[in-house]
Amino acid sequence: MSTISDPPSGSFQLSMLINDTRYRSYTFQFIALILLILAFAYLGYNLLANLQAAGLNISYKFLGEPAGYDINQTLIDYTSQSSHWRASLVGVLNTLLVAFLGCIMATVIGVVVGVLRLSNNWLVRQLMSIYVEIFRNVPVLIWILIIMAVFIAVLPQPRDFRGEDATASMVFGAFAFTGRGFYSPAPVFGPGSGVVVAVFLASIAGIFAFRNYAKKALYDRGQLIPTLWPSLAIFFIPAILAFFVMGRPITLDLPSLQGFNFQGGIFMRNSLIALWFALSIYTAAFIAENVRAGILAVSKGQTEAAASLGLRPGRIMNLVVLPQALRVIIPPLISQYLNLTKNSSLAIAVGYMDLTGTLGGITLNQTGRAIEAIFLLMLFYLAISLAISAIMNVYNNAVKLKER
Amino acid sequence: MSDTHAQTVAFVRDTMLPEQPPPASEAGVIKWMRENLFKGWFNSILTLLSIFFIYKIVSGAYPWFANGIWNTSSLAECREMLDGMTGACFSVLTERWNQLLFGFTYPTEAYWRPTLAVVLLLVAIAPVLYPKAPRKLMLFTAIYPFLAFWLIWGGTLLTPLMVLVGLIAGYFAFKKFERQSFAMGMLAGLVATVVVIWAGGVIPAAMPDVLALQAIPSRDLGGFMLNMILGTVCVSLSLPLGIMLALGRQSSMPIIKWMCVVFIEFIRGVPLITLLFVANVVLAYFFPPGSNIDLVLRVIIMITMFSSAYIAEVIRGGLAALPRGQYEAGDSLGLDYAQSMRFIILPQALKISIPGIVNVAVGLFKDTTLVSVISMFDLVGMIRGPILASTEWNGVYWELWGFAVFVFFIVCFSISKYSQWLERQLATDHR
Amino acid sequence: MKKIAILGAMTVAGLSAGVASAATLDDVKARGKLNCGVTTGLVGFAAPNANGEWEGFDVGVCRAVAAAVLGDPTAVEFVPTTGKTRFTALASGEIDLLARNTTWTFSRDVDLGFEFVGINYYDGQGFMVPKELGVSSAKELDGATVCIQTGTTTELNLADFFRANNISYEPVPIETNAEAQPLYLEGACDVYTTDASGLAATRAAFENPGDHVVLPEIISKEPLGPLVRHGDNQWGDIARWTLNALIAAEELGVTSANVSELASAAGSNPEINRLLGTEGTLGAMLGLEADWAVKAIMAGGNYGELFEKNIGENTPIGLARGLNALWTEGGLLYTPPFR
Repeated sequence: MSTISDPPSGSFQLSMLINDTRYRSYTFQFIALILLILAFAYLGYNLLANLQAAGLNISYKFLGEPAGYDINQTLIDYTSQSSHWRASLVGVLNTLLVAFLGCIMATVIGVVVGVLRLSNNWLVRQLMSIYVEIFRNVPVLIWILIIMAVFIAVLPQPRDFRGEDATASMVFGAFAFTGRGFYSPAPVFGPGSGVVVAVFLASIAGIFAFRNYAKKALYDRGQLIPTLWPSLAIFFIPAILAFFVMGRPITLDLPSLQGFNFQGGIFMRNSLIALWFALSIYTAAFIAENVRAGILAVSKGQTEAAASLGLRPGRIMNLVVLPQALRVIIPPLISQYLNLTKNSSLAIAVGYMDLTGTLGGITLNQTGRAIEAIFLLMLFYLAISLAISAIMNVYNNAVKLKER
Repeated sequence: MSDTHAQTVAFVRDTMLPEQPPPASEAGVIKWMRENLFKGWFNSILTLLSIFFIYKIVSGAYPWFANGIWNTSSLAECREMLDGMTGACFSVLTERWNQLLFGFTYPTEAYWRPTLAVVLLLVAIAPVLYPKAPRKLMLFTAIYPFLAFWLIWGGTLLTPLMVLVGLIAGYFAFKKFERQSFAMGMLAGLVATVVVIWAGGVIPAAMPDVLALQAIPSRDLGGFMLNMILGTVCVSLSLPLGIMLALGRQSSMPIIKWMCVVFIEFIRGVPLITLLFVANVVLAYFFPPGSNIDLVLRVIIMITMFSSAYIAEVIRGGLAALPRGQYEAGDSLGLDYAQSMRFIILPQALKISIPGIVNVAVGLFKDTTLVSVISMFDLVGMIRGPILASTEWNGVYWELWGFAVFVFFIVCFSISKYSQWLERQLATDHR
Repeated sequence: MKKIAILGAMTVAGLSAGVASAATLDDVKARGKLNCGVTTGLVGFAAPNANGEWEGFDVGVCRAVAAAVLGDPTAVEFVPTTGKTRFTALASGEIDLLARNTTWTFSRDVDLGFEFVGINYYDGQGFMVPKELGVSSAKELDGATVCIQTGTTTELNLADFFRANNISYEPVPIETNAEAQPLYLEGACDVYTTDASGLAATRAAFENPGDHVVLPEIISKEPLGPLVRHGDNQWGDIARWTLNALIAAEELGVTSANVSELASAAGSNPEINRLLGTEGTLGAMLGLEADWAVKAIMAGGNYGELFEKNIGENTPIGLARGLNALWTEGGLLYTPPFR
């Protein structure tokens, strides 16, 4: 808009609403507001008319009624007698679970691939760019369904483990990879296991303390203390010692074939794994590009300056390149996390019971409360993305270059 | 000097030695391999691992491809022909190609129509994609949407023709009133368009058989054709919307800015699938009672809203990247808002935004597969539903999914390659 | 009008559609087509054949209503619906009639605001398992993985059944019948549960139907019937009495073969005369032509003919009449008199 230079003068005339740039914007906004209100009124009127014609109303009472259906993966107590509200909560937790697992795995794969794409090994470079191109250019829904198809068609079903002429067997007698999901041993915490866990946590704290000490030693005195091997030692030795000292309080619950399915151990359903893996490898392809771009964005002079100071390549990466690259990498990385979380709503294609599966799926179907259920569903995703955007803004402000 | 030299030295070479080839380890393939594959133990391990990985894939996939069977009519027959060998049953593709590409209810005798529409699409977008293509093709681009509509949905040509006439009338009205002000022009154009279409609506209604193709309802659309239609229609519709939203968000008028921000952030905050649910089960409640807007149109509305929010963000980035001087230049020339946007700001901002817009378009095209979740039979929906559940082809996973991956990869990869090419073409300011 | 709307001139459509909706019958007549909601594909009940034409038992009901109202059994637009979309499609007016093996329940009738116009198939929920598992009763299914279609009453029945018998199971929710099929066949679930008729229809599409058994337990009552929106009683009456006409026709021995002959002149049986419009004014009371029932019966035959042609014992689905026989033959089909 043009900037105003004239001092306001004379009396106000009606034509100024259109011809005077000072007032015209008010006219436009007023018209826009009226149009907006009219549009909403029109839609709302239609909605009410349609609902009235169909004899329906908007009500959230259904949330308190018993859901009546069962959910296979529940992180909190849930039975078919729990309310729809509780079923939605189960869905929320399942969404967050798969999003959390997916973000971690996508980051790991993405960073590795992104760094390897800049490797000086030609073959690896080519392989990684093939990976990125293939996964980026095919819809994630297809990847989810393909991994699900692997489960359905390739992996053995529990019935193949049964009997004398079983065609499949468990790995190490403890892990079973079946078409219905993966079974692995679950730790059982007996009496005295609290000590072991406490020791373990303490040793993790110890690692951080040691690393801090090493860093301080490096910065203050220029003394280089090796960190890798001591860290590993601190990580393993005290916990293992405590484990045996306490008389092996933690035992393993092995899965075993009973009846139709394996029982015991930890069970990760095929739907969870299909969704998790597919989201991870798909998002990782994008993250790899972000990482690559971030590293390339660090000027070559930085690397050369570090090298001329005599730093080894590993340290150049850790101390010079990565800290600067992170500033470029992290904002798009977080928006990839957001995309992953939103894409996790595709769970419905493989029957994973996330929020879209419970509230937006079965609850909607059973109660017929489409408007209410979808409204709540959108609200949840909106809250998540606003929260993540807020985190991103805080981060951006924190790492903003402090210019003096 | 030379004399003394000649006496003290027995032999003086007076010609250059022929160049020796560099040591074997420093030349040609070997040097390249040393530098690119086996530099240090870590790289060597990586290389060996990669070779092993490639070998595994090739040795597994090759017999599958080589033994592929292309001419059976059911999985059982195909398995019988393979006789225990590893091999693909590509016959599912040869037998069901029409369902994969066109869905299972689109009339067979009308397959030429969408095919022709795709071919013409390539012609129509040529002037948009290649700046060097003859400008006159632009005229065809303008006609294309109406032609494609007629080809795909059928009915009388008069219907799209009437809309075209309406738009032309609107354009002339706009030109006539543009002198007074841009807003007046827009308003006049809009009114003229609506009036002409509304009044002219009686013509196709009165003569439904003039230049008519067999009418095909939207719910008969399916297969990859549906993905293509949704992708192209929604991207083209969302471009103007996205530009308006971006301008609105940059606007200095708080109410308009606030409206655009809420819309954009809301749409970007929810997954597309929930918007498709809205199209599927909620949107019908917001239309006037008795109006019957079919699912394809409802989905087009929602996907267009979705992609316009993303395109708006890309264009906003382009607008923000322009130096402030450009805005001031427009003002100092005495141009009003519409003029300075049209002649100065937008041409530059859109140019910067093109790679981002293409990225959004590719993402959107991939997202059109989500309609299979609301039981529309696009390519993925056809595979999951009618084909995998049919008695003949129960259990053919890899051939079908491989086909889907192949098709989407070809399309998306070429678009992103095009975008990279265009980015280099347009990089005029970094010389 | 619709086509222009597709081109984006939404405003135009909005302007013309501002008037309140007319009665469904007038809408259908004005449109010249009946919009009928069916399943996305269940062989025998509603599925497109190789030529893309819809066929099946539920489809027969749609065609009969279309014939009664419009005189043309092909004037039907079939709208495939899932468990999720069927009720909104009906409530929002996208379809005029839902004939999608939908169970008549209290809450659907009262709370969701629909009107069930009758029962065209008495069904119950059953279980299908592969023979090799050696299961003979549903109570032996403790710990089994069960594939189940979401959004159906079967989902709730299943939870109730396992809770009542105090056994556990692992539900695998599936959106459509087509998606359940590969899961069940490849063994990702042990059991597939849905209405017994649906199980029979699904099994008929398998390569080796003999490898699978339907367990004897029927754990619920599933009266399936067509439904319309609440509030438009005339339209509800038309759908209800078209269905009744098909059942009455079987009871009275009127078939698609002899209906035109019987309708040509008033015969000796007054009830047949009233049904076929040669006597009385039943058609006019419905707001239809006098020969509405003749057209409905000619569309696909009477109830018995529809049954035998689509899901009867001579079809791959092979369902016995059972509860769906006429009351005179020990079944539950009993239509109120045409009087």
